[in-house]
Amino acid sequence: MTDSAILDAFFEECEDLLVALSDGLEDMREGKADSETVNAVFRSVHSIKGAAGAFSLEDLVSFAHIFETVLDEVRAGKLSTDDALLRVLQRAGDILADLVDAARDGLPADAEQVDPVVKELQSFLGEDGLVEEEFVFEALTLGFDDTPITATYQVQFRPGREFYATGNDPALMIAALQDLGPCTVRILGGDLPQDFADFQWDEGYLTWQIDVMDQQSDLAIREVFQFVDDLCDLNITEQFDDETDALAQEIAPLGVPASNTEQPAPDVTQVPVAASADVDDTPVKADKPAKRPASTLRVDPERVDRLINAVGELIINQSVISQRIDEAGLPNSAELHGDLDDYKLLAREIQEGVMAIRAQPVKPLFQRMLRIAREAADATGKEVNLVTEGDATEVDKIVVERLADPLTHMIRNAIDHGIEKPQDRISTGKPATGTLRLTASQRSGSIVIEIIDDGAGLNRKRIKEIAINKGLISADMQLTEQEIDHLLFAPGFSTAAEVTNLSGRGVGMDVVKTAITALGGRIAISSITGQGTTFSITLPLTLAVMDGMIINVGGQTMVVPISSILETIRPTKADLSRIGLHSQLLRIRGDYVPIIDLAERLGVRPSSETMTDRVLLLIQTESVTQCALAVDDIFDQRQVVVKSMQGSYGEIAGISGATILGDGKIALIIDPDAIAAAPTTELKLQIQAQREVAHAAT
Amino acid sequence: MQQHEDPKAAKQIEFVTLVAGGQSFCIEITQIREIRRWTPVTLLPHSPPYVLGVINLRGAVIPILDLAAKLGFQAIEPTERHVIIIISVEERIVGLLVESVSEILGISSDMVRETPRTEEDESTRAIDGIIPTGDDMIKILSLEALLPAKLATAA
Repeated sequence: MTDSAILDAFFEECEDLLVALSDGLEDMREGKADSETVNAVFRSVHSIKGAAGAFSLEDLVSFAHIFETVLDEVRAGKLSTDDALLRVLQRAGDILADLVDAARDGLPADAEQVDPVVKELQSFLGEDGLVEEEFVFEALTLGFDDTPITATYQVQFRPGREFYATGNDPALMIAALQDLGPCTVRILGGDLPQDFADFQWDEGYLTWQIDVMDQQSDLAIREVFQFVDDLCDLNITEQFDDETDALAQEIAPLGVPASNTEQPAPDVTQVPVAASADVDDTPVKADKPAKRPASTLRVDPERVDRLINAVGELIINQSVISQRIDEAGLPNSAELHGDLDDYKLLAREIQEGVMAIRAQPVKPLFQRMLRIAREAADATGKEVNLVTEGDATEVDKIVVERLADPLTHMIRNAIDHGIEKPQDRISTGKPATGTLRLTASQRSGSIVIEIIDDGAGLNRKRIKEIAINKGLISADMQLTEQEIDHLLFAPGFSTAAEVTNLSGRGVGMDVVKTAITALGGRIAISSITGQGTTFSITLPLTLAVMDGMIINVGGQTMVVPISSILETIRPTKADLSRIGLHSQLLRIRGDYVPIIDLAERLGVRPSSETMTDRVLLLIQTESVTQCALAVDDIFDQRQVVVKSMQGSYGEIAGISGATILGDGKIALIIDPDAIAAAPTTELKLQIQAQREVAHAAT
Repeated sequence: MQQHEDPKAAKQIEFVTLVAGGQSFCIEITQIREIRRWTPVTLLPHSPPYVLGVINLRGAVIPILDLAAKLGFQAIEPTERHVIIIISVEERIVGLLVESVSEILGISSDMVRETPRTEEDESTRAIDGIIPTGDDMIKILSLEALLPAKLATAA
């Protein structure tokens, strides 16, 4: 490992710790905390401090130190966790995250941000508390050489099964202790099973008892065990003269050959792995709190991508084989059909499994939003409570990464524009604190993320004025509420009357929409005046595979994403009405929906007048509420592997990608949103046309 | 002994000669990935006339261009005997439909003549030099000049 690799590992570790920290603080805020929560929070900060010390990240260390000191007081019950303290602690958590970021980018800390929080933290400590603790901290960084007051610490160290499983070696720990000062090492084998048959190959039975001499505190010793203290039983006590030998007699001449007892570590690698599946691992950590860090695997994303590509090929191959077998015309009773169904099922299972590797919970993303909301609320002087739901919902890694900016923007918008000032809220009979809900859920193959505020709702009059001022629409246009809401997504639209600190930085909702569309998602708004606004983002579960309807468009086989199809209709003459020179409308349950001839829109063949022999796909898009795509036929509904055309060819209007069908042919994947949007992207014309259609229909 | 690279020293180069629009052209062999028989393509909407469509090449989506049409000649009516040359240029893989592929021509680099200046058109713009052969000459195609960075936007 190079230095930078170690540093990278440290920052990755920090991210996990910051998540744990933020979790804990959130629990404390919600009053769900117990003493273990406070401990966990303390440990996170302490671990960051300790590791940062090893890399001489001074800013980080000194801030973490003060933070930790306050937490220590909380832990000791000397400080009560009232709202004021919790606010400061959360701010401190944010600053700590900032400092970690700054350290990673090699930037100096932003003193303007840090200092006020440091002062606030200090205000919770008595004068003496800080000074005294400061000494400990100094000692940590200065080293232990010339401090006269020393003591002997006894370390009882019993590695658990996980300690060995994660590749740690007690010999290294002991060597590290020996570097701190003279040591006496003893081994205690009292827990070795009496009967060899009970011996579990991967269990840790041995306890080392190490007396480390000439230490002025146990800090350095704890640092040695810092990264393993969840994986072993560790007991560090300051040693007074008499009792040193008390435990020595336990050294065990028990059921295991003596040579084994003397080895510094059982050699895990040499034991056959298949040995035992039903090992009981409870006793090792019996006295530890239940929260153990989730075991994770860090893998180079490229490997996963290769696997995903291979699985894509597998799915294609599966459809090739299905098609071949269909063509072979076997009797329905043939066993091959059953086998083929199994194969399909397995292929799908593998595909889902592989995609799940890339899936990540939205929790870290949502946690960042908690912080954004706090900052936004502070900056605007509003009181906002952000509630997150469905933290555990998993989405593709790329989605998590690319959603950060849009969500940040939307949260800020919701607080800046949506939620009213406390006095306004009280005067309208709402609680002074606004509630912003950020939810994630999985709905039939899609992920839905909603941002719901209980604010004033969209000010449609104002939105319209702005759109007129900016020349997005003409002054005399009559728009429906929904059309007005959608103006928010128009490029160059920004509602803030003055540029506030938060939103109104020139990035509007159109950027949000672009980012979400790029992920294959959709965004919708609904707003009730006086009650609030809901933005819902619908995203595909995976980016590489989707469920598609296989259709025939003028002799070409194409695919429409199932997610956008509401229903399929075979129209009768009575369902259709003509409008304008070429257009037709579909009447469905009393509503009139424009029909788009897909073949004509894609330039496959000129428009055909008859619709009765066609199939209409009723689709839902963002720009137009609903429209019907006329296609020639529907073949099938199946899972397809999405192949991008960007690299080899470039963008094609109305086409989002391609896929390979069972017969080896390529089918293009339709982008319903692009198809439904009028050929001219001018919003004005689009809305005008829509309006005319709607008007003519009534 | 390692020989020093002298840019002027003659190197041995190999070209694949082909016929498109009734004329002889050649492409440097290092740019060619494989040569395949014509297979029906999937049409692309709104594509320029010389883009025939896309094919599935072992799981990759590859656009196919009609070389004759791209060079400004009469478009080829593809049949079974026509050939697709799969080329790789600047990390893009593209198939060129040609009338036929003739032979591999190994020549010394000093045999390549500069293209004489003539009236510029679709076809001369993509020519990178000529090779005299007995009673005829073969034009070297510059794939970089032939294929703009994004095919779709070139329409």
